[in-house]
Amino acid sequence: MIDIREVTKVFGAGSDAFRALDRVSVTIRQNEFFTLLGPSGCGKTTLLRMIAGFEGPTEGTILLDGDDLAGKPPYERPVNTVFQSYALFPHMSVAENVGFGLRMLGRPKDEIAATVREMLALVRMSELAERQTAQISGGQQQRVALARALAPRPKVLLLDEPLSALDFKLRKEMQLELKRLQNETGITFVFVTHDQEEALTMSDRIAVMNAGRIRQIGVPREIYDHPADRFVADFIGDTNFLSAELTARTGDTATLRLPSGRTVEARAQGDGTPGKVTLAVRPEHAELAPPEEGALTGTLTEVVYSGTDTHYHVALDQEAGLFVLRRQNRPDAGPAHQRGDRVGIRLGAVAGQVLRD
Amino acid sequence: MDATTRSRALLLAPALFILTVAASGPLLIVFVYSFLTPGDYGGVVWDFSTQAWFNVIAERDFFTEELGWADAHLAVFWRSIKLSLLTALLSFLVGFPTAYFIATRPRRSRDMWMLLIMIPFWTNLLIRTFAIMELIRNEGTINTVLIAMGLVTAPVQMLYTEFSLLVGMTYVYLPLMILPIYASMERFDFRLVEAGYDLYASRWQVLRRIIFPLVKPGVIAGSILVFVPCLGAYVTPRVLGGGKQIMLGNLIELQFGQLRNWPLGAALSLTLLVIVMVALLIYVRAAGGEEARHG
Ligand SMILES: Nc1ncnc2c1ncn2[C@@H]1O[C@H](COP(=O)(O)OP(=O)(O)OP(=O)(O)O)[C@@H](O)[C@H]1O
Ligand SMILES: [Mg+2]
Repeated sequence: MIDIREVTKVFGAGSDAFRALDRVSVTIRQNEFFTLLGPSGCGKTTLLRMIAGFEGPTEGTILLDGDDLAGKPPYERPVNTVFQSYALFPHMSVAENVGFGLRMLGRPKDEIAATVREMLALVRMSELAERQTAQISGGQQQRVALARALAPRPKVLLLDEPLSALDFKLRKEMQLELKRLQNETGITFVFVTHDQEEALTMSDRIAVMNAGRIRQIGVPREIYDHPADRFVADFIGDTNFLSAELTARTGDTATLRLPSGRTVEARAQGDGTPGKVTLAVRPEHAELAPPEEGALTGTLTEVVYSGTDTHYHVALDQEAGLFVLRRQNRPDAGPAHQRGDRVGIRLGAVAGQVLRD
Repeated sequence: MDATTRSRALLLAPALFILTVAASGPLLIVFVYSFLTPGDYGGVVWDFSTQAWFNVIAERDFFTEELGWADAHLAVFWRSIKLSLLTALLSFLVGFPTAYFIATRPRRSRDMWMLLIMIPFWTNLLIRTFAIMELIRNEGTINTVLIAMGLVTAPVQMLYTEFSLLVGMTYVYLPLMILPIYASMERFDFRLVEAGYDLYASRWQVLRRIIFPLVKPGVIAGSILVFVPCLGAYVTPRVLGGGKQIMLGNLIELQFGQLRNWPLGAALSLTLLVIVMVALLIYVRAAGGEEARHG
């Protein structure tokens, strides 16, 4: 279990000081697949580096299974990293790279050889064991880096965008492989990505970060269905934002009045006082309807076909901006719509998520 | 002959000229002289003789005519090789951490550090050697301080010993060790150090198994750059050895000067050249073999 408490990291000093992490607190459980998700520069790598021990927190503490890690050098932490830049040793073969950690731990030769073989088989690199690392492709290097970090069986494996250089198919395979490994080994995975789909499919829990802060922590469903704020709603998946007025609230359900005058129901957590709010609606949670039936009305400005789905862009009458809907392409899909059509937008029984501004 | 071949020949001409006339020419003269007879007042007499080569390692006793080793020469050979190796080693021990220190400074200050390393190197060799002399002679700075502090009662004899040669030559040639190591280290990806620490390597293991193998080409280049000029060093042993601790360069100079035996001087010069070549060959072999074992 990794317990990160109120960790702040400031780079530089004086007027150059830059707050890369700001009072970050999170508890990562034993054998959890925990993902840090956020845009470039939000501090994901910085947080990983502090868990690994390459960087000390400016403030706050990090505990591993109850032990304070402060002052412990990286080589005394049972934590291994798959680096964003791979950082393979160029003067060693693939097999020597994978065996390096075990060699440093002073394990017997035959044990090292056996583990190296096992790890290389796991990442499908057995045939290239004797190659120099300069002679393999970027994706292969990434897999070697993964095998190298797994070989010493750490308590925690830190992965900094380990799949970013792989092609689509291999990436899907490796995603499943990683999940399987994590289940089998009992190792806690802390996984960094800025690919939200990857985060949603692989994680037990996700922490969404922005500008050095954690915006929301939750299981993938929670993050997707109940984004805590506008940033999370926008970053995870596509979202339409509508201005609305909250008129009443019972439990988790709020009644909203849209600018069109229509009343809809939506989910709301926290503060329930009436007033101006934002309603976040996922593109697949709304559908096109005749103008008179829609909670909103507008003009279709774009129809984009993308294989499995079709996206409809609607210019709203009631407010500025586009509303995007997504409909799965099925042979029995409803009537075809064309650019310039007047349309209505029907929202679901639960229209979306209420966000406070 | 088309235009490109001709222009290539023209471009090569200066290099070929220097190689044949300026390098091979004198070497050829030295080679020829080593097989001639010494003149009475220096110079050579054009009589073929292998006496000079014989005298490089052997001598006939002046009175008994008994054949024996040229002990004086062999002692100088041994001292030259030993001191050159020790100088290369000492330069490495001092130069490697220095290069590491500079390579890990922020980019802006690295050039400043390198400049500080190079300034003494651009200073006249004699001046630098006399500076060392001033430090280590019996009435010099170090002994004065030692005596003043009461650590010793009589001055420690450092000047005119092999120790003084070692210190002097290390000081003189240190930049030639630092420069190539620094060049290798600047290209070294320090993220590999973090990867090493992450995989349970201690500081020492990271140095030995990751940093050192990757900057080894710089260390090899530096060792050669220090070792070779040390073998032929003249000024430093002359000043700091005071005629007692002479090295190969001084021995050769003696033959051409006071002893007026030019053929022997020529033969000794060529012997020095052969030692350098053999040493380089052994070294490159050993270093290359190491590489092959890792590869
Ligand atoms: N050593 C450093 N000195 C100064 N600023 C730094 C340092 N390391 C990181 N930063 C800054 O801290 C912020 C967070 O960096 P970090 O590498 O953690 O981002 P990230 O979330 O991993 O981004 P990416 O997805 O692009 O890898 C960035 O703005 C970066 O410029
Ligand atoms: Mg990063």
